[in-house]
Amino acid sequence: MFQVRIHGRGGQGVVTAAEMLSIAAFEEGRHAQAFPSFGSERTGAPVVAFCRIADQEIRLREPIMEPDALIIQDPTLLFQVDVFSGLKKDGYILINTSRSFDELGLGDFVRDWPAERLLTVPATDLSRKHVGRPMPNVPLLAGFAAASGIIRLESVIKAINAKFSEKIASNNIAAASEAYRFVADEIAGASHQEAAHA
Amino acid sequence: MLKQTEGSHAVAEAVGLCRPEVICAYPISPQTHIVEGLGEMVKGGEISNCEYINVESEFAAMSVAIGSSATGARTYTATASQGILFMCEAVYNASGLGLPIVMTVANRAIGAPINIWNDHTDALSQRDSGWIQLFAETNQEALDLHILAFKLAEEVSLPVMVCMDGFILTHAYERVDVPTQEQVDSFLPPYEPRQVLDPTDPVSIGAMVGPEAFSEVRYLAHAKQMQALELIPRLTKEFKAIFGRDSGGLTHSYLTDDAETIVVAMGSILGTIKDVVDEMRQAGEKIGVLGITSYRPFPLENVRAALQNAKRVVVLEKSLAVGIGGVVSTDVRMAMSGLQLEGHTVVAGLGGRAITMKSLHALFAKAVRGELERLTFLDLDWDVINKQLERERTTRRSGPAAESMLRDVGVVAARIG
Repeated sequence: MFQVRIHGRGGQGVVTAAEMLSIAAFEEGRHAQAFPSFGSERTGAPVVAFCRIADQEIRLREPIMEPDALIIQDPTLLFQVDVFSGLKKDGYILINTSRSFDELGLGDFVRDWPAERLLTVPATDLSRKHVGRPMPNVPLLAGFAAASGIIRLESVIKAINAKFSEKIASNNIAAASEAYRFVADEIAGASHQEAAHA
Repeated sequence: MLKQTEGSHAVAEAVGLCRPEVICAYPISPQTHIVEGLGEMVKGGEISNCEYINVESEFAAMSVAIGSSATGARTYTATASQGILFMCEAVYNASGLGLPIVMTVANRAIGAPINIWNDHTDALSQRDSGWIQLFAETNQEALDLHILAFKLAEEVSLPVMVCMDGFILTHAYERVDVPTQEQVDSFLPPYEPRQVLDPTDPVSIGAMVGPEAFSEVRYLAHAKQMQALELIPRLTKEFKAIFGRDSGGLTHSYLTDDAETIVVAMGSILGTIKDVVDEMRQAGEKIGVLGITSYRPFPLENVRAALQNAKRVVVLEKSLAVGIGGVVSTDVRMAMSGLQLEGHTVVAGLGGRAITMKSLHALFAKAVRGELERLTFLDLDWDVINKQLERERTTRRSGPAAESMLRDVGVVAARIG
């Protein structure tokens, strides 16, 4: 079972992101379970949503305490919420930012992490550019697909088409595709760097 | 058709497939997405020959449901928490009059303190209302139970509550198989009422009954629930023949045959319990699970049969009978009367407190070692409780308890679970 925890703020589509991730996994014939943290949602308040993906029926209903991957939709949460709580060693970290892990003050925390698991994507900027709104959830999902290989970009696009009307969907698909390329390039760069070190 | 969808949406689709004629509801979390979905389906013409009535309160919702059901219309509503308390008087009347209304209860705690999260206190507060109460383990079962509920309700002329865990199921996206209209039509015939308000053939419904017949009319309600006890397994079989799934039934046993320890529970927590039981089985522990689907009528014989060869029984329930302990446990103990079994009550998951595998592992291991107390509150923060008790012991005007205890707990925004 692969477990993803998504952190963000009310209004950033955190819950929708988890739901879409589950739809993408379902489209690939897998079992998936998405659910929110059930807070009293308010715009700007910290929000958590969860998604489990597995090849068998998922019976477990506890919140995800030990995620395999973290998607952080809002980097201002990094020092407000214990977003890294329980993250498995060498788990994926994908942050919505145009800054580096060092610039975010996370350099020490991720010192021993494999570089290809530490990813950033300027998802809000990409959403503004393609959709005209600061809604980072969809580009981050595409970035997650590129980072983890757990789901394919085509499945993210299917989930986009399932959730949005045609026009909004096509703009989101453009944002998703650019985010996917961005993260794929980032990973290629990281493995290139590691090869150079070796 | 297999779909990845929200529990609430799956239930709305199931209700729509049952061809309801009147839907009257007042929105309340976590039920809202169900009635929103149905409102859209009625307005969009996906559900035909159906009137959706926006009422001004839950009391009105159940009153309208009583009225429409009495005119022979297949009637649906949904509520939760304070909503079910507000409609309570009408809830008793619906069953007392024998009107086969189906109502979803998206289970949520009852205040005070006000709390929007999940537990079973709301539905269990209506335990003796005369309604049949079925509890869903998964969203698939929630969907299926609604189809079963209309048929069951109409065959015995009693209203049915389908209870599903608020948020945990209602707001969860998971895979469900949505049946076709043809399948549902072949299972659920058009509603043929036993009594109907018809101007061309007038009757009155709702007589005042004095001591001369009150007990007899009330006994009839009990007799009908006993009929439901016979009917539920039969309908479950019919359901399986058409839909191919084992949804419904009175109880569901999991690895109980040789089990020395059996955990009894209702609703979505059964899934997490089964995962823990699987791990404990791998470690050689003889442990199993009994899920209760039909809470009213309560299947005393089935529960007794499932438990009788065990050494100990742990009833894990999302409800608290203040002043005695468990609600479900009381009924399970009755089923066990005369059996030499260790019985334990565990109150867990109140007001949305997460029930984790880790806590369940520790709890069941303690039970197996014979160290579990008769009544346990899972994962209580004793520091917070003792602080408040101390405050109340030493200060007459100790102030509002919930506010003080929240201050002691501190900031929770940073927590995950």
